[in-house]
This record gives sequence, C-alpha cells and structure tokens, in this order.
Amino acid sequence: MAELLGLDHVAAGYGLATVLNDISLSLADGRSLALLGRNGAGKTTLVNTIVGVTTMKGGAIRLGGRDITRLRPEQRAHAGIGWVPQERNIFKSLTVEENMTAVARPGPWTVARVYDMFPRLRERRRNMGNQLSGGEQQMLAVGRALVLNPRLILLDEPTEGLAPIIVDELLGALKRIIWDEGVSAIIVEQNAQKILSVTDDAVILDRGLVVYAGPSAALAADRDALETHFGVAGRAGGRGAA
Amino acid sequence: MTDIAAAAAVPQISPAADARLMLAAAARWRWWEFAVWIAALAAIVVFPRNLLLLNEIAILALFALSLDLILGFAGIVSLGHAAFFGVGAYAAGLLGKFGYGDPFLGLAAAAAVAAVLGFATSFLLLRGSDLTRLMVTLGIALMLLELANREAWLTGGADGLQGVTIGPVLGLFDFDLSGRTAYLYSLGVLFVLFLLARRIIHSPFGLSLRAVKQNPLRARAIGISVAVRLVAIYTLSAAFAGVAGALSAQTTQYVSLEVFDFIRSADVMLVLVLGGVGYLYGGIFGALIFKLMQDYLSAITPQYWQFWIGLVLVILVLAGRERIGAQLTRLFAPLLRWRRA
Repeated sequence: MAELLGLDHVAAGYGLATVLNDISLSLADGRSLALLGRNGAGKTTLVNTIVGVTTMKGGAIRLGGRDITRLRPEQRAHAGIGWVPQERNIFKSLTVEENMTAVARPGPWTVARVYDMFPRLRERRRNMGNQLSGGEQQMLAVGRALVLNPRLILLDEPTEGLAPIIVDELLGALKRIIWDEGVSAIIVEQNAQKILSVTDDAVILDRGLVVYAGPSAALAADRDALETHFGVAGRAGGRGAA
Repeated sequence: MTDIAAAAAVPQISPAADARLMLAAAARWRWWEFAVWIAALAAIVVFPRNLLLLNEIAILALFALSLDLILGFAGIVSLGHAAFFGVGAYAAGLLGKFGYGDPFLGLAAAAAVAAVLGFATSFLLLRGSDLTRLMVTLGIALMLLELANREAWLTGGADGLQGVTIGPVLGLFDFDLSGRTAYLYSLGVLFVLFLLARRIIHSPFGLSLRAVKQNPLRARAIGISVAVRLVAIYTLSAAFAGVAGALSAQTTQYVSLEVFDFIRSADVMLVLVLGGVGYLYGGIFGALIFKLMQDYLSAITPQYWQFWIGLVLVILVLAGRERIGAQLTRLFAPLLRWRRA
C-alpha cells in the first residue's frame, strides 16, 4: 500500500524549546493510527507539527510523496491535511453551517454528507458556534475537517471532556469515517482502551520519542506494554482483534 | 482498499452547490432593509430642501461601508482610510478638470487608482498588531496629504483643486444647485456598491473573512489563506472609499487637501462605531446619525457641537450597543408581534 504520510527524523517544538527529538513514522494510504502516550509525551506537538504550527528543527515531512516540510499551515490544509484540534477551535460568531461553508473544498465530503454523519448538526445548523454543547462542537470540528476533503485527518483527543454517551456516538462516527469511507486518520488519545478498537496501528510516544509502534490489535492484547506505558492493562480490543 | 474505492466512487459534488441554499437563506432581504432603502428614496420627496445634506450622508455612508468591510468583517483597524477617499477624490476631480467629466468614468478611475493604492499598501498590514496597523495607515494618509500639498501644480495645494467640471449623469441629468441629481446619483452608487458588498459578505469568502477576524492563526490551520483574503478585502475596501471620494469631488466639483485629513479618517471610524460594526448597515445608520447631529447641534452650538457627539459616543460605548439594542427590541416588541401575527 502506498505511503500517505511519512516523517523522517523530525525534531520540532515551540520557539527555542524542543519537544520532539527524532520522530520517524509512516502511514499508508487508507490506514489509521492511534497516537498514544501520557501527558506531556509530545502527542499534540506531533500533530501540530504535521499541521505546521510548530517550529521545525530538523527532519522532513512528506504527504503522498510530496515534501511538505516548508509549506505554511493553509498550504498543508490544501495539500490534504484536515485538523481537528484539541480545543476544537469553532468560530463562535459563525453558525454551524457557516463554520463548514467557510472552508469547504470540492470533493466527496459535502456539508450534506456531514449532516448525514451527524444528524444533530443538521438540527443545530442555524445555531452559532457558542451555542453548542461540547459534543456538538466536537462533531462540528470533525465535520469542518471533513468538508475540506482531506487525504488525512488528524484528531487531537476528540473524546476529551465528553459525556460517555457522546463518546460512544463520536467513536461510532469515527469508525464509519475510517472504516467505511476509507479516510486515513491519526487519532491522539490518552486513553488507549477507547481508541485501539478504532485504528489499524498504534504508536506510543514518551518524552518526544517513539517507544512503541505496531498494530493496534497487538498492543491491545499486550498487557505488559499497556502496563508499562499507561499503568493499566485495559480491556482494549484492537481493530481486527478477536 | 475497497472502502477507499467506494469513497472515491461518490460523485464529486461542489460544496458551493451544497451551501448555496444556506447562503441564499442567510442573504435573504429582511423587511426593515426594504424599509431603509425605500425611506432613502422617499427622502427626495419628503425633504426636498435637504438634498445636499442627504447627499453628504450618502457619501459618508459609502465611505463608512468601505471601512466596515475591513474593520467589521476582517478586523483590520485603520486610522488612515481617508488616503483612499482622497486619491479617489483627486482622480475624479483631475479627470473633470482636464475635460473628462463623465461621472461614471470618474468613478471607475477613482476606484481603480484607490484599488491600486490599497493593493500596494495592503502588504504592510499583513504583519503586526492593531497598533502597527493604526500607525501604518495613519502614516500613509499623512504622506499623501503632504504629497498633495507639495504638488500644488497638479492638486491646487492649499487652495484646493478648482475648475472641476462634471458632465450630466447618463448625459441627461445635470448636477443642479438643489442637490437632487447629486443625491440620486450618490444614492444609486451607494445602493449598487452595497449590493456588491452584501453579496461578498454572504459568500464563502465573506464567511472565511469572519473566521479570519475571529482568529487568524486558527483560520490558517484549517486551510484559509489569511494573507490572500486580507489583501483582497483591503483592496476592495480601498476601491469603495475611492468611489466615495469621487462622489464627493463630482457633486461638489471641488477637492481640497482635507480629503486626506486625519479628522476625516477619525470621523468615519466614529460614524461606524455610532452605527455599529460588522453588519453593513452600520455605516448608513452611523452616517445618518452623525450628519443629523452635526447639522442640528452645529445650528444650536456652532462652536461646541462636537462635544455632544463625543458625549453620545461615550454613552454608547459605556452602555454597550447590545444593551441599547435589547431595550429598543423590547420597545418595539409589540409591533414585531403584530407583524408576525
């Protein structure tokens, strides 16, 4: 399967501070990756580096074989990177529909398809961004990334702060987006149990370094690895696991 | 891979088609908007002795609309918007002076010259804070003021540009002393440019501008080209301001150095704050309030009329427009209920 995203010895951070030391990883087209690790491991910085909002200190990033290391964030978005940031970044002065229309680009994902994926957003289409619940904001953030028609979608802790029932609904939608629609994705999560059942592969970061890389199903079954890196041996069922 | 193939098999639908209905709904005219424009037209009959004042209001409204495009929708603050008003006024005035007095030719030339200036200077605004933008815009207007003062052979310097002759509108309607043609002409131009601004603001481009205004860094990261949008809207705003300047030059047949004055830039900002920023009608309502107050108060206290305008501004800012708006809505609530019924 052709490589979609490739990181070669990436070092990056904020200003003078270096957070990521030497990250190399590869994601094939149509595959999904769980990015795991404790607080401060560098997960969000890695996603931000792929998006282009950190300071690159070394290495290279490729998307579909094209070097995007020197591209600005908006150019990376146009190249095919959709971003659902941790803080959701909904534009509060725009309605639900306007938030998506403002960034939509031609492709299979339209506002109408997003509404089919998240019917709740259709009901709230005329509500302003600041009138939405946390779950609705997260759905909108995902929808807004989808209407950009990305080749790769990056989701930074999409379930953080949401009620369990909303988490289930959101994970169900993410499964449909990744499994049924074939959208490549990188999902940052602190809670391995939640996300390993969604993704194909998993990477664990610790202090800016990759300390584990392998199939999600294998990690889900590896109680020792989960104990070592998260302190819990969760009942995570990896995608494809029996 | 079959999943990917299935996704790729979905027909490529333009998001524009998908969003068209929503944008059309958002851009739908509301009853009070019709009322505003009908009232503006009816003013010719209702206030036949005040047409010169009404013409000034229409020109100031267009100037304020141009500022609203950048301030209200893109968050670009400017204390030198008179620069574009001024170059537009001189462009139309000079054409009129040298025998090219067709009003629409003057408007086109003014828009083009102001747009070129706006495009060239827009790149100075892409970096820096609001304070930087205030100083840069102020500096450009001051430079143009001194340039116009120095090149008196062309501009007339402190004496102003005289001998401006403007032909009849559409070859039919001469500019008369009553101001009837002037007002209708300015109102027509204001209406056309307002429609254009309204169309732009309700387009995906307009929505993305509002996203940029709210958080440019956030907008960039989700694929909005911030620099391109700021340059585009600043250039368009400059063209609008240039047309306002041209209207002033054509309807008064005179251009003075005051077109570049800092006071003009400050006044248009004040007009916009009075009328409200970021909904297109702020410039129109603000110009109406400002000019009527100026006219009325200067008749009562010729020396101190600005004191009262300042007082209104302070009350407006302290009380908050939303609170005043809520009170007015409550006041007119029975009328709105009756209309819905």
